[in-house]
Amino acid sequence: METILVLAHADETGSALTRASLETVTAGLELAARLSAPLTIGIVAADATAAANALSTTGARLLAVSGEAFAQARYASDAAACEALCRAAKATIVLAPGTSRFTRVAASVAHRLGGFIDTHITALAGTETIEASRWFYRQRVEAVLNREARPWFLLLDAGTHAAFAAEPATAQVEQVAVQLPEIRTTVSGFRAPTEDQQTIRPDAKMLLVAGAGWTKKQPDGQIHAAEASELILGFLHATSSSLGSSKSLVDQGGEGNFVLPFLTHLNQIGQTGATPRHAKGLSTCCHGEEPHVVGWRFIADRRAISLDPNCGWTRGKADVVYIADAFPVIAKVNALLEAKKA
Amino acid sequence: MANLLHIVVCAGVVPDPLQTLEPVTGPNGPGLKNEMVLPAVLDPWAASALYEAANLATKNPGSKLWLVSLGSKAKLQQVMMTVAQKAAFELVPIDGPIGGFPDAHSTAAVLAETIAALPGLDRAKLLLFGGWESATRGAGVTLQLVGERLGITDQFQGVDQIDLHEDGSFEVLERVEGGKHQVSVCAGTPAVLGWATGNLAEPPNNPQVGMKNMRTIMPALAKAKAAKLEANGLRYLSVSLPKQQRTTRVEKNMSPDEIAAELVAWIGAE
Repeated sequence: METILVLAHADETGSALTRASLETVTAGLELAARLSAPLTIGIVAADATAAANALSTTGARLLAVSGEAFAQARYASDAAACEALCRAAKATIVLAPGTSRFTRVAASVAHRLGGFIDTHITALAGTETIEASRWFYRQRVEAVLNREARPWFLLLDAGTHAAFAAEPATAQVEQVAVQLPEIRTTVSGFRAPTEDQQTIRPDAKMLLVAGAGWTKKQPDGQIHAAEASELILGFLHATSSSLGSSKSLVDQGGEGNFVLPFLTHLNQIGQTGATPRHAKGLSTCCHGEEPHVVGWRFIADRRAISLDPNCGWTRGKADVVYIADAFPVIAKVNALLEAKKA
Repeated sequence: MANLLHIVVCAGVVPDPLQTLEPVTGPNGPGLKNEMVLPAVLDPWAASALYEAANLATKNPGSKLWLVSLGSKAKLQQVMMTVAQKAAFELVPIDGPIGGFPDAHSTAAVLAETIAALPGLDRAKLLLFGGWESATRGAGVTLQLVGERLGITDQFQGVDQIDLHEDGSFEVLERVEGGKHQVSVCAGTPAVLGWATGNLAEPPNNPQVGMKNMRTIMPALAKAKAAKLEANGLRYLSVSLPKQQRTTRVEKNMSPDEIAAELVAWIGAE
């Protein structure tokens, strides 16, 4: 019989669980019910009280590793915390959110416990055994797999399950002691654009992708980079969208060419970039070839504006493609959205 | 004062991203159709790691750079014809299967064993580099497992920048959620850094560096040890291409005003 452990961690407040952790709790509850298996939830947080209270109605055994050392995401302390939770839970199946914090340590924890790990899991099925779905070759090939070896760690992609939500109540939490190794790394904080300049918004409903066409010569033979910047930022402001980019546009900066000043490699979508999850996506001035479009795997409703009627988007990769110049279209869209707001 | 570094970059070879991929299942499990004839490139994020490593080695004279790569000899040779012109390194090839379907734990075990046996490697000075995920399996676990097997307890993933200080400590920028970087300072080597894109452009080809590298690469390839990868109980129940082929509506004759009006309605719809 399987025993299931869900690993969860606090967000930057140090006490509330991350959304991805709450999604993993949902996955754990579903799996436990399907396999009739006992469920334990292990929390890593500076103070686990609030997080545990939020999980009181799950009926799961609650374990926690708490203390200042666990306020920050760091390999040595997080690996020790997760190892201690796993040893205390004696689980055969360990589910964890595929956050940057747990992705950094989960493989090593699996190794320390003599177990195995699979990551980027998008679905869990099966009633007798566990059948895990994940993508290979950057979202180009889909596979369903299982393992006989235990413990088996499964890191779940964000957005694949609903986040667990319930009224908090006082919960019984078992504190797990951790023997910390020598800590040689200090986390000094985060570096990010100021809030009004941040263009990456994972929770946005919509993704706007800017392709290299924005910085190419326009019909008058000139590059209209300032206008392009204004139009893109205007669209982001009006729609609260997240901004993605094609590799070719981001790379222009490294090659010394003009680049849109608010774009970095973090905005890059595709083969060597991110694969975000948004309900809608609008591509502009991007050719829509496979290395870019693999990053759109989890964008449900896709539209594109392209001057090329033979671009990749027209070949079954978008729902609607407008063969048009994005400059006047986005200018008009921004004007309409502003008028609507007013 | 420069730091003397021993940098080991783990990098695989992957199909060129522009190639069409078709999965097939053979006696040894899943693979790609015509895998051995697909043009290959160095794994993109691992390539970023190699360029960053070469830059660090250049800035810190006396440092050494190894490139450890597991793949078929023929593929490695093909890819090295280009990569060898980008940076000076010593290739440590391991002859084994390519592709995304072998188990990452087995791959890590082979890599760790090879690195531990590198002649002249001072593990106290080791920076273990690689891509934070491959373009094949994309699991993002191999480098952690290699590091764990080598007993390295300072690991960073999604790295975009490393700044080495004179005292041997270094600052690392790691990608985290929400378009941010986490900033950490590590006391010094040894450490594992799984690179994202980094900040360096792809170096131009340098035929002189290429010729110098190839003098050691060809003998190394000839002597490459063969590795067999265990499945570790990993079983594939199905491997397939996504079936999502959309029915695309292509609008060629709409005015900007008409397109804008339709887009605004679409944006506002639930």
